Amino acid sequence: MLFKHSPSPHIKQEINVHDMMFMVIYALIPGTLSSVYFFGWGVLFNLTIAISVCLLTEAVILKIRRREIYPVLQDGSALLTACLLALALPALAPWWLTTIASISAIAVAKQLYGGLGFNPFNPAMVGYIVVMISFPLEMTLWTTPMGVADGWPDFSTTFNWVFFGETPYAETIDSISMATPIDLIKTQLNQLHDVTETRHSTEYSALFSGLSGTGWQWINILFLAGGIWLVKKGVADWRIPTAFILALVFISNIFAVADYSTNSSPLFHLFSGGTMLCAFFIATDPVTASTTPRGRWIYGAGIGVLVYVIRNWGGYPDGIAFAIILMNIAAPLIDYYTQPKVYGGLDR
Amino acid sequence: MTDNITTPLTRTAAISKDGLWTNNVALVQLLGLCPLLAVTGTVINGLGLGIATMMTLVLSNSIVSLIRPWLKSEIRIPIFVLVIASIVTTIELIMNAWFHDLYLVLGIFIPLIVTNCSIIARAEAFASKNNLLDSAMDGFMMGLGFTLVLVVLGGMRELIGLGTLFANAQLMFGSIGESMTLTISEDYPGFLLAVLPPGAFIGLGLLIALKNIIDKRQTSRQQVVSITSAEATAS
Repeated sequence: MLFKHSPSPHIKQEINVHDMMFMVIYALIPGTLSSVYFFGWGVLFNLTIAISVCLLTEAVILKIRRREIYPVLQDGSALLTACLLALALPALAPWWLTTIASISAIAVAKQLYGGLGFNPFNPAMVGYIVVMISFPLEMTLWTTPMGVADGWPDFSTTFNWVFFGETPYAETIDSISMATPIDLIKTQLNQLHDVTETRHSTEYSALFSGLSGTGWQWINILFLAGGIWLVKKGVADWRIPTAFILALVFISNIFAVADYSTNSSPLFHLFSGGTMLCAFFIATDPVTASTTPRGRWIYGAGIGVLVYVIRNWGGYPDGIAFAIILMNIAAPLIDYYTQPKVYGGLDR
Repeated sequence: MTDNITTPLTRTAAISKDGLWTNNVALVQLLGLCPLLAVTGTVINGLGLGIATMMTLVLSNSIVSLIRPWLKSEIRIPIFVLVIASIVTTIELIMNAWFHDLYLVLGIFIPLIVTNCSIIARAEAFASKNNLLDSAMDGFMMGLGFTLVLVVLGGMRELIGLGTLFANAQLMFGSIGESMTLTISEDYPGFLLAVLPPGAFIGLGLLIALKNIIDKRQTSRQQVVSITSAEATAS
């Protein structure tokens, strides 16, 4: 009888980087489709520009670093970064905005630190923050969602706007764009209109139908569905999204109960903006997130609290990107203090 | 490192190379980063603070070098601080009198030159051990190296952030300066990140990286030369 013996490791890893990245990208598809349905051609332009610029930047930098280009491009990590970035950017972002964000994400946040696995910060969120800080005005250019408007601007209108900055005849960009619900509630609060008043006003009530806002709730629900599939497949860790969602619900509930007129409900926070995209696709990035089981609870909860704090009291429309980067900074420290006990070792 | 070089010319060359490149205050010693990062929003701000720092370095190095026979080593640091503080106060008054607008723009960072570690570092490491001429030269070259980095970083940030170069040059050059401003494009949207503090950190990081690349290229080239010459002698 022949006993086969082979050198260790004996347990074969079921999943590699390429498969993992592409499963995350597949899980993004339903949310992306709904985003296209509600916001129109702009989302597709964002995706096209971001993917081509990200892959090109990655190739150029790898060439400069004298690394092999094809195996790295083929692992899908740059593609995933591009998709997340494109979904986070506003639907009517001009081409140069998407380009600057993509270059910052891949060149600065990823490759300057040494490439996949060495980057301390989530590349997509760094790219987003660079343009958020630099061009706050352009970052508010979301299309009026389908359901509020009769339909989104057609292909040529969007194309002319994104690539040439030309608006349709006798119109400004404001006539086809609209603030996001989170942004709108914040600006209305600054003008002393409370949340209930804004949600039921004749001007804006169409935007606030359903749980959190026309369009946004379905996008979030579909990202949630994709995310649950990812967790089930074991690609994304379940602790981070759970901790994130619980923390966000907990803190928003406290403030909403305390003062319902100036604080939005937990449901609104859960299903608007980039909440679900963040919870399952951005926060769970295995490179930049915390790696210990207890650490992941702290990491996710930290993001949830920070998102709420920045949304409510910060100057920017959504707090996802800043919350992620702040917790990325804290992740090594969290890991240091939450090392699991070594089997047979002493209690600490 | 300059002790064993005797001829004045080679000494000057060594001091210059040390100050401008191999021991550059901003790129290698990483001293005085606070003003470096805070005021380099434009070329003119960088140039103004750079020149003020350079003058402080020349004067403090000269004075420390002159008084070194009487310095008690136990109290040398307080003496250095006193000397530097007096010089900075003088420069602050001079700028207030003759470059008042620039003085207002640079604000707190002029008095803060006192706390620029590079000045006390040069007094301790160089001026207290060398003669007047060498010390003044060292102060000048260290200051010039610092100023160059300030100007280059200011230029990068101004060009990317605001799309101009030499804006507000009238603060330093009077009415002639008004025509010095170069505008790249009238409708440049402005890249705010470059003007904000993160832009300063990223810019400085890129400059340091560039210097390291050049140094690395140079050493590898020298190695190639020495290897080929060694082969030549061996054969």
